[in-house]
Amino acid sequence: MAEYDTETVVHEEMTLRNDAKMTARDVSVFYGQKQAVRSVSIDVDSHYVTAFIGPSGCGKSTFLRCFNRMNDTIDIARVEGDIDLDGRDIYDPKMDVVQLRARVGMVFQKPNPFPKSIYENIAYGPRIHGLAESKTDMDRIVETSLQRAGLWNEVKDRLDESGTALSGGQQQRLCIARAIAVDPEVILMDEPCSALDPIATAKVEELIDELQGRYAIVIVTHNMQQAARVSQRTAFFHLGHLVEYGPTDEIFTNPKADRTRDYITGRFG
Amino acid sequence: MTLGGFALIIVALAVLAYLTTRARAAAFGGPAGTMRSHSRPVYHGAWAAILAFVPAILVIVFWAVLGDNIVAQQTLARIPEAIRPGSGIEQQAFLNELRAVYSGALPAAFNENVAAAVPVYGELVGFWRLVIGGLALLLALIGGGYAWLNSQSEFRARTHVESFATIVLALASLVAILTTFGIVLSLLYESLEFFSRVSPFEFIFGTQWSPQTAIREDQVGSTGAFGAVPLFWGTVFIGAIIAMIVAIPLGLMSAIYLTQYAGASARRILKPLLEILAGVPTVVYGYFAALTVAPAVREFAISIGIDSASSESALAAGAVMGIMIIPFVSSMADDALSAVPGSMRDGSLAMGATPSETIKKVLVPAALPGIVGGILLAVSRAIGETMIVVMAAGQAANLTANPFESVTTVTAQIVQLLTGDQEFDSAKTLSAFALGLVLFIVTLLLNIYALAVVKRYREAYD
Repeated sequence: MAEYDTETVVHEEMTLRNDAKMTARDVSVFYGQKQAVRSVSIDVDSHYVTAFIGPSGCGKSTFLRCFNRMNDTIDIARVEGDIDLDGRDIYDPKMDVVQLRARVGMVFQKPNPFPKSIYENIAYGPRIHGLAESKTDMDRIVETSLQRAGLWNEVKDRLDESGTALSGGQQQRLCIARAIAVDPEVILMDEPCSALDPIATAKVEELIDELQGRYAIVIVTHNMQQAARVSQRTAFFHLGHLVEYGPTDEIFTNPKADRTRDYITGRFG
Repeated sequence: MTLGGFALIIVALAVLAYLTTRARAAAFGGPAGTMRSHSRPVYHGAWAAILAFVPAILVIVFWAVLGDNIVAQQTLARIPEAIRPGSGIEQQAFLNELRAVYSGALPAAFNENVAAAVPVYGELVGFWRLVIGGLALLLALIGGGYAWLNSQSEFRARTHVESFATIVLALASLVAILTTFGIVLSLLYESLEFFSRVSPFEFIFGTQWSPQTAIREDQVGSTGAFGAVPLFWGTVFIGAIIAMIVAIPLGLMSAIYLTQYAGASARRILKPLLEILAGVPTVVYGYFAALTVAPAVREFAISIGIDSASSESALAAGAVMGIMIIPFVSSMADDALSAVPGSMRDGSLAMGATPSETIKKVLVPAALPGIVGGILLAVSRAIGETMIVVMAAGQAANLTANPFESVTTVTAQIVQLLTGDQEFDSAKTLSAFALGLVLFIVTLLLNIYALAVVKRYREAYD
């Protein structure tokens, strides 16, 4: 592999915006001595789906987990730099992580429904945050969330069945519905389709399309076709650096950085 | 030469068979480094050693176990009828004395008939020793020689050695199973004897326990009462109620702390410390309960106005037993909580749940079957526990729910019934076996059920 420039290439459209939902400035993440993310700055737009792509081990998932402070749960992880949500620093000691995570939801790589009924899976978040006044409220939240996640018709007659009894694809949409149920502003998705078959993947991608605009969505994927299909913004990471950030169609048709071009044309990765 | 000497020679023969056969097999055709025969030389050697050793040593072991009896019977048959002892106890005494004199443990015989029988006995012992030893040696030679001759390049020695190993392993596991069966049978036999004297109905539903039967007809209390309900209640009260009230919350909470809150270094120190509790001998817990906890409990009870408080209380024994069971509950709960996938915890935290909400609403419910299984195993251990209750719970078979009073348990009664000089044909002694049988059945069922619960739950996540 040739020597590459470590300078980040940011397309013009990206730098001009000033209504970003979340902004990261010079974010570095360390696992003990090892640096996984190297001084990354990026703006996440509230109207678009932003995709993080890059080869395995490039730090994209680690970086994603900074946006809802999930790295807090790993003892040896240390985050440096600033991440703001609507202009407020989320690493500020005054920022309550419980409220942050209510505003920034997350969907994981492997579907992880709780071993409870479908209804209880969705009701979990609203219940801990006290969002429902009554049983009717809760029923409404559960129904809306499942409808938005495109799962309502498949499960409306068996809300009492265990969430773990659903198929893999349904489980993942259940997890998306669970994240939607607390009405977040941002949804982070960490390779949400990597454990799913192609048909289930297509359904989840369709769902992401429908959710675009209502929530700011950040999706990590190792599948470039998926990034091209579902996102409007793409950030390419390599070895912990943000290499290039721009509109998805430009990144895929006319990348400006050599590393991006080499990755997209399949020279490495 | 003694049988031990013959055994040594057989071992030597087996080694010889191993070495020679291995050497012979090593010479099977083909250049070095290629696959030359079905089995490597070491298997040919091992098979020869097995054939030389096993049949021969079985003969020697057989004789060592049963030989003496055969020789004794032959001796009795040979000595003149005039000095032959009668049957039963008389014959036993005669033979014991005979053996003692022969082995030199007794310098001279008290019974002159025995003195007359000693030379006959000695002659027979010597004769049979030679016959058996010789037979064993012959078998070793035949076995080893046969294997040596048989070790051709295509002989499947490896297959044979491996099936032999399988048989040995299967026999080893059979020993434990057969022992359990033996225990059950002996319990059953004695219990049936007991139930032929006392009706099972009285035993299981009666509320009066006073096993003391008089030796003479005219003594007070000449008929015992064998209603075991107070014992069953005492056992459940101490082992399943008081001990669990102590052990379940403490064990569960320490497991939650260790798996969810403690840092790696705290866990590394605290977990072994907790497990030390499991290593304390139960008799030590026993006197801790009897000498430290029981008097404290009694004083406390009297200070709050309960004058009937006994110095041997259910509370003291149960509380100490609960402490003893903590590591048991805690390590089962620890396993169950650790087995819940980390993604479950992440999912809950990412919803904005606090760690304690995550534990209460996701982790504990998910781990519940495993935790329940662990608790059932702990109960089965607690009700079988003996030493603490013998020392601290008392012997009075009270049917009471007052934790400050003395109660007794099945195990404590068994100990009392079987220690000291006892006649083995009285209902009093036999009742110990019936109690043991009930205890065995209950703990067995609890264990089977608990293990089934734990297993089903493991499958849910694997």
